[in-house]
Amino acid sequence: MSSAYLSLSHVDMSFAGRNGAVNPVLKGINLDVQRGEFISLIGHSGCGKSTVLNIVAGLLRATAGGVILDGREIGAPGPDRAVVFQNHSLLPWLTVWQNVELAVDKIFRDTKTPSERKAWIRHNLEMVNMGHALHRLPSEISGGMKQRVGIARALAMEPKVLLLDEPFGALDALTRAHLQDEVIRIQSELGNTVLMITHDVDEAVLLSDRVVMMTNGPGATIGQIMDVPLARPRNRIALAEDAVYNRCRQEILSFLYEKQRKVEPIAPSSRATPDTPVALQA
Amino acid sequence: MSTTDTIEPIRLTPTAAAAPAAPAWLGNTVRKLVTHVLPPVIILAVLLLIWEALGSRPGAALPPPSKVVADTWELIIDPFYDNGGNDVGMAWQLLASLKRVAYGYALAVVVGVGLGVLVGQSTWALRGLDPIFQVLRTVPPLAWLPISLAGFRDGNPSAIFVIFITAIWPIIINTSIGIRNIPEDYRNVAKVIRLNGLEYFGQIMLPAAAPFIFSGLRIGVGLSWLAIVAAEMLIGGVGIGFFIWDAWNSSRISDIILALLYVGLIGFVLDRLVAWIGHLVTRGTAAH
Repeated sequence: MSSAYLSLSHVDMSFAGRNGAVNPVLKGINLDVQRGEFISLIGHSGCGKSTVLNIVAGLLRATAGGVILDGREIGAPGPDRAVVFQNHSLLPWLTVWQNVELAVDKIFRDTKTPSERKAWIRHNLEMVNMGHALHRLPSEISGGMKQRVGIARALAMEPKVLLLDEPFGALDALTRAHLQDEVIRIQSELGNTVLMITHDVDEAVLLSDRVVMMTNGPGATIGQIMDVPLARPRNRIALAEDAVYNRCRQEILSFLYEKQRKVEPIAPSSRATPDTPVALQA
Repeated sequence: MSTTDTIEPIRLTPTAAAAPAAPAWLGNTVRKLVTHVLPPVIILAVLLLIWEALGSRPGAALPPPSKVVADTWELIIDPFYDNGGNDVGMAWQLLASLKRVAYGYALAVVVGVGLGVLVGQSTWALRGLDPIFQVLRTVPPLAWLPISLAGFRDGNPSAIFVIFITAIWPIIINTSIGIRNIPEDYRNVAKVIRLNGLEYFGQIMLPAAAPFIFSGLRIGVGLSWLAIVAAEMLIGGVGIGFFIWDAWNSSRISDIILALLYVGLIGFVLDRLVAWIGHLVTRGTAAH
């Protein structure tokens, strides 16, 4: 389907394990994303959903298959596929402003004047409501604020597709809800194409146009894709009683806990229950 | 743990004693002085008393503190005299040693960080160089002196070389560990915004490894100060090491004790100085 803006076709991924064994992680991932669409990938931890995102970001190279973005096959990582990492990954020796500046100065060195770049940094930080703490160091702001700066940094790259890797996984529930509302607002202003990894059912339904549910690994693939036919702007309080919202929740829950019930092997290394925001994948 | 906490009691005793009489607005400062300055002052006083008692016994081999001060009073009050040759004030002796340390250490910093980056970045370089480093770093500093004297045929560059070779190992090792420990996230950020090699080096690698680098630098400066005293005893000329050796040869035990005190204080200041620079450069992310 060449009409899609972002298209993953027949993506396989396997890692070399110990003693030369091959661990298949992903098998036959096919996904087409339209421009401006908000897609969530949900699945149990360890199913390889972060691997999908890293392949789109270019941080990992798929064993087979390819990814096409805006008519071109993706290669090395680049600012057109900005990533918001789970643990914010701000550089601790740079201030909030400098963290965004590092990206903006590099990416728009030739296309924006210095004063335009300054205005653009300020604009993005104000969009995530961080205008008051421009010259703080990451160690001086809260986890939620760090993630806001991470989002501002990614948005400032003007990406074709914004990749969110469990962006709120490390935050407490209240902060998480607050940031989700911010993302809803920003998304309605900018209309970005977004691919988000999550393990939170409410988050997936609340934010997404479509929810992509992944089967368990090894050799994980897409089990089901669900449309979320909810009008925007969405309001979490109003939606709590909404029949469509609850049906969507129900569908994801039944996929995760009935069809793909995770059987945790009792190994010394396994400390994750399906809902803990522990890990990327093995 | 400010620089002044432990070094100042020696000089600040009068202030501490006068403190309780100070005006009320000094209340906090006084309390701080009492809690931080008083304990070391008391311990120091007790140790000095014991030393005085032991040193005053008939037939004691070492002089008591009162005699040390009396014997060395001229050295203490006039550190800058210069009678030519080796007969110069304590300040000049210390400066001569510090100068050698500065040269040797500066060289070790540049080469050590460079090699550390190489070993940290390249697995091939690590495999090739690490065994050599691991063997050479265990060679005691003074063991390098004869071979460097043979190479340089002069005392001064030999001493500088000994400093260099002593200080470089912890710098190399810590730098390479720092480089290897750069979080994957930082590398990913650099990839996404497409930093080139030079930008990555300056913007990510050095600042991320800085806490490790500075702990190496701190160990290095301590080791070079340790080595210089020993090296100077052997090469002669001006320098605190030779001053001590010379004092021993002419049985001026009090001079030796004074010199040891100065060596300790300077070593302490050097350590704090590097720690402080590290604190500034890494914006508090380095251990202080």
